[in-house]
Amino acid sequence: MSALLASYLPIVIFVGVALILGLALLVSPFLLAFKAPDDEKLSAYECGFDAFDDSRMKFDVRFYLVSILFIIFDLEVAFLFPWAASFGTLGWFGFWSMMVFLGVLTVGFVYEWKKGALEWD
Amino acid sequence: MTDFFSTYVWPGLIILGQSVLFLVVLLVLIAYILLADRKIWAAVQMRRGPNVVGPWGLFQSFADLLKFVLKEPVVPASSDKVVFLLAPLIAVTLALATFAVIPVANGWVIANINIGILYVFAISSLEVYGVIMGGWASNSKYAFLGALRSAAQMVSYEVSIGFVIVTVLLCVGSLNLTDIVVAQSAGLGTMIGLPSSFLDWHWLSLFPMFIVFFISALAETNRPPFDLPEAESELVAGFMVEYGSTPYMMFMLGEYAAITLMCCLTTILFLGGWLPPFDFIPFTWVPGFIWFLLKAGLVFFMFAMVKAFVPRYRYDQLMRLGWKVFLPLSLAMVVIVAFVLQLSGWGAPGA
Amino acid sequence: MLGLQAFFFYIFAFIAVGGALMVVFARNPVHSVLFLILTFVAAAGLFLLAGAEFLALILIVVYVGAVAILFLFVVMMLDLDLGQMKKGALRYAPFGLIIGLVLLAELIIAATGGAYHPELSQTTALPMQPLYELSNINALGSVLYTRYILFFQLAGLILFVAMVGAIVLTLRHKEGIKRQSISAQNARNPATAIEIRKVESGRGL
Repeated sequence: MSALLASYLPIVIFVGVALILGLALLVSPFLLAFKAPDDEKLSAYECGFDAFDDSRMKFDVRFYLVSILFIIFDLEVAFLFPWAASFGTLGWFGFWSMMVFLGVLTVGFVYEWKKGALEWD
Repeated sequence: MTDFFSTYVWPGLIILGQSVLFLVVLLVLIAYILLADRKIWAAVQMRRGPNVVGPWGLFQSFADLLKFVLKEPVVPASSDKVVFLLAPLIAVTLALATFAVIPVANGWVIANINIGILYVFAISSLEVYGVIMGGWASNSKYAFLGALRSAAQMVSYEVSIGFVIVTVLLCVGSLNLTDIVVAQSAGLGTMIGLPSSFLDWHWLSLFPMFIVFFISALAETNRPPFDLPEAESELVAGFMVEYGSTPYMMFMLGEYAAITLMCCLTTILFLGGWLPPFDFIPFTWVPGFIWFLLKAGLVFFMFAMVKAFVPRYRYDQLMRLGWKVFLPLSLAMVVIVAFVLQLSGWGAPGA
Repeated sequence: MLGLQAFFFYIFAFIAVGGALMVVFARNPVHSVLFLILTFVAAAGLFLLAGAEFLALILIVVYVGAVAILFLFVVMMLDLDLGQMKKGALRYAPFGLIIGLVLLAELIIAATGGAYHPELSQTTALPMQPLYELSNINALGSVLYTRYILFFQLAGLILFVAMVGAIVLTLRHKEGIKRQSISAQNARNPATAIEIRKVESGRGL
């Protein structure tokens, strides 16, 4: 196995230990604690009323817009990571290459700002 | 057979031992961070805070643990039971998993991977799942609204955290967290002829980014003043409203683990990790991990003070700050830092 | 330690295939998305085993951390009627089958193309420095922004179109909303905000 993969092995073990710890915490009250469930206790909390209807409802399309914009900017960050890591070797050409890329996306950003897509109402 | 032991079993056992030790120390630290949070908050409001269990309330968190374990676990009848119980498990596991790459002193790290900062960024971007899954599975209106708010909020501030990390990378030229700390032993201070000192760390050279990162970290971990997902005066407890017993505690643990992580990350990216503030005796006598803990503790103190001082944001203000202030500011800083580095040739030579 | 590598390969491959099957067969669409996330994570594990650590983590950041959140939003909160969906599903089966077959054919061609034209692999692939000399991310960074600048800029344009498209399709402004204007608030002073009027007694304003 290469050194690259060997450096990831500790992460697997670490996450495994964390998972076992979490499972132990999750299971312990089910084994240890006193249980006396009844209808009222198991109903969803709604300030003392019975729930009026199903809680899963349609909501504002704005939340989708935020998550779509987030995907786009997240990809932008993903493109920036290798650029920043090898910045010293790229020279002016690599610099301007990225500036054009960022410039295009900045135009998009200005567009969404002017359109009011960043307003929350 | 001896080959099998020497290549698999012994290294595996050593890593296992390190992991268990690291996690135990981390959990005890988190227990005291929780207590410190309550004590600081109390002190600002001129109260005493928890002071009954143990001297000065020092065992309060452990008493809380015992209480949570002995509480009746309630799984609402209308909930999606598997996802309901999976959510806190995911929250706590992911929050702890990020610590695998955090170096607390030179060489003191569980997994020294090439792209440590990207690993932290990736795993902490998954922490939103615990919140969404918990809020959805509860099948309660408050939980649902809390999850919705939280998802949009965490996602918005992650973008600026990404840009801030990129500015640091530009200065360092490596994604390895140890390299990022070591690179801060020379910087602005040494450039004007001073010996290696705290002036070299990135907090000064990348100053606005330090503030942007700190505030984004508050938003990312749902800390006040950005705690809208659990705004108790309107959403009761947000996505956690249906949770009790240890599932609730695991959400809290995950939250405080994420806060601790953000303190460690601020220390590594901007405050020089384990480097002493002055590179001469007696400061160099103090071991590196003490400096690391002191700096991370200082950052946490700021987290706690913000919680005590600042009133909660309104949701539109929160989104405006993320998208209209931090995003353009950090994007502009990426361009400016890159331009200055390119023009002056100060950048890291690269690999 | 090749045995361990194979062990992890089979674990990740099994999770990926099993998760992908569960995406199709799970009754609840939210469970489908959660299994999709599991599949993504397993695929990231496979990338890592192939030595592509950067791609593995970017897969997690972009697909699990961003795209799957959008899927979850859509599926969780759209109030889907399950019965309605199951009825329509069969009508789309031929399309799904065609797309699947095209994808399969492309994969087979990509994987076996070298067998028919041995020189093909030499013309397309840039000789890379071995990974022990150059880390993954630097290898990518050293060519993506200079040698492959056209593809890089095209990716930027695609993102731009996606951004504009998302706004054009989804943005609807509500009527009668009062928005906060910080600059207007800060610019207020007593001279512009307060008006003092002399009110005669018994008349009112």
